[in-house]
Amino acid sequence: MSHGPGGVSLVEASLAGAATAVEEARPGPAGRAAVGATLQPTLAELSRPGRGGGKVPHPPKDALDGIPADARRVSPLALPELNEPEVVRHLVNLSHLNYSVDTGFYPLGSCTMKYNPKVNEWAARLAGFAGLHPLAPDALAQGTLELMHELQGALAEIGGMHAVTLQPAAGAQGELTGILMIRAYHRARGDTERSQVIVPDSSHGTNPATASMAGYETLTVRSASDGGVDLEALRSALGPRTAAVMLTNPSTLGLFERRIEALLEVVHDAGALAYMDGANMNAVLGRFRPGDAGFDVMHFNLHKTFSTPHGGGGPGAGPVACVERLAPYLPGPLVIRDPDGRYRLERSDERPTAIGRVRAYQGNVGVLVRAYAYIRAHGGTGLREVSADAVLAANYLRERVGTAYELPYGGPCKHEFVASARNLRAASGVRTLDVAKRLIDHGFHPPTIYFPLIVEEGLLIEPTETETLETLDAFAEAMLAIAREAHDDPQRVLAAPTTAPVRRLDEASAARRPELRWRPMVGRETPCPT
Amino acid sequence: MNVPEDLRYTPDHEWVRADGEEGVVGITAYAADQLGDVVFVELPATGTRLSAGASFGAIESVKTASDLFAPLAGEVLAVNDALSTQPELVNSDPYGDGWMLRVRIDDPGSIDRLEDAAAYRTRIEAA
Repeated sequence: MSHGPGGVSLVEASLAGAATAVEEARPGPAGRAAVGATLQPTLAELSRPGRGGGKVPHPPKDALDGIPADARRVSPLALPELNEPEVVRHLVNLSHLNYSVDTGFYPLGSCTMKYNPKVNEWAARLAGFAGLHPLAPDALAQGTLELMHELQGALAEIGGMHAVTLQPAAGAQGELTGILMIRAYHRARGDTERSQVIVPDSSHGTNPATASMAGYETLTVRSASDGGVDLEALRSALGPRTAAVMLTNPSTLGLFERRIEALLEVVHDAGALAYMDGANMNAVLGRFRPGDAGFDVMHFNLHKTFSTPHGGGGPGAGPVACVERLAPYLPGPLVIRDPDGRYRLERSDERPTAIGRVRAYQGNVGVLVRAYAYIRAHGGTGLREVSADAVLAANYLRERVGTAYELPYGGPCKHEFVASARNLRAASGVRTLDVAKRLIDHGFHPPTIYFPLIVEEGLLIEPTETETLETLDAFAEAMLAIAREAHDDPQRVLAAPTTAPVRRLDEASAARRPELRWRPMVGRETPCPT
Repeated sequence: MNVPEDLRYTPDHEWVRADGEEGVVGITAYAADQLGDVVFVELPATGTRLSAGASFGAIESVKTASDLFAPLAGEVLAVNDALSTQPELVNSDPYGDGWMLRVRIDDPGSIDRLEDAAAYRTRIEAA
């Protein structure tokens, strides 16, 4: 019998089936915390020699003859051997351990974990989309190409931009695409001295990472006391070496940048371009168009704003939209509608200024179908309601949570708000991390914590527009109950979570000495048959 | 919060223990406490040139990642290799075993332009 990583047999623990096994679990010899009774043994641990399920046809006797002898395996692959019911139960039971937006409220700030309508899934599974080969000739892909062309147009309209690429596979890749386009723009003008990108201190960590990957030096400018970018700090950081300024509006504090016009004016006066991180578009859909405000290039997070699955259920998509002067540098191929009404992919010699492909094939097309379905299901009026309800829900929660937690910035907020447990920590020693862990016991996914970095003991809470008043109230009650517990019975909060499949994990050891794969399949325990 | 009197400090929470032309650099107990459990420290190679205020490395905790900033211009003479396997030393002994760099200081007079313990203590109490 093989044993689990904590030295406690997971098979035995799950057979025991008692919740007390969680309490009794002790750190194993490797120093890792033992896992609870509701966790599942791995398939390798369930494996028994000779057990099997489906009937895989044997290859013809001469199938190996075409493979050089020295390239053939000398021992069989050590694949787990199980029958079908065991595999199904294993995976279904694992899925029961998942927390997702389909099982509960998921107020993860800056991530827009809205409900993903099932009609999107229906659309993406239509055989014409799901069964299309990525290398199918244009003539056989007219429906998909038409959808992509329309989505390019819809995103351009929503962003107030001129042209769109659907290729980037996520927001961070969209950022890199946008900054590489800006780099190409400056170089094409012979403007080669620009070596810096400016980001505010509240920015997503991907912004400085993007600048660095594109070969730029990152300068950080501080936020003003109202949470917006400090205009004077930006002005003094700008100069002939500034290639771009990356802003997020609304900001990661959930605040609309009130000085946006003045900020973009000084950016452009310095000859730099303005990149907008569109992660927070859910707050402003149908109300604020970055192109109208003067931004030059932006990305959308389809997996946030346009309700496609993410957070482990991805992949995502981070289309990039830009103004006319940057359009020559968009990665190719774009989807083009010819005068005869046919759709096709741009040819590689058609736009030699393009920065090149950033993603294989046409991006995550299944995600594009879902986002298109969402946009068309809502229409312009519906998308305006999305942003209105998202902002209303955030402000409602902000008012309720603010009765027990600090609110470092004045309201009203946009789609999310930042609260702080600094007061709790000072009074009781309970930190934001503990509040987050205790929320798990109350049945909620914790919000984003310790971000943005400029807020001490920060909690970034984003309810989205898809939650009912009852759900918002239940979450607020849980937050208030935890604040009371912190004063009356802090140990209870410090010990959380107590009802989850695993207890408090040792995150520091996990990060310092990560064990990235399951190991016991070596030596004597190797189930590999000979 | 422990702020030793014999050190000099930066607004970015690094400390310097100067001894003539040489100095030892680390981060303060306040910074370590704010970061929480440190899980990774990235330090430059010996011989790297440091310019005052520029990033010389990075530090990661379970909460966040942050740049490390050079308090002074100089050259790296040695780095604390123990931090590669025991980053927790930054939390347990920020002014001792959790040191980061030993540097040759370009201008020994520049140490006087850093904050003394009283000024740094005032800064973190106001935060």
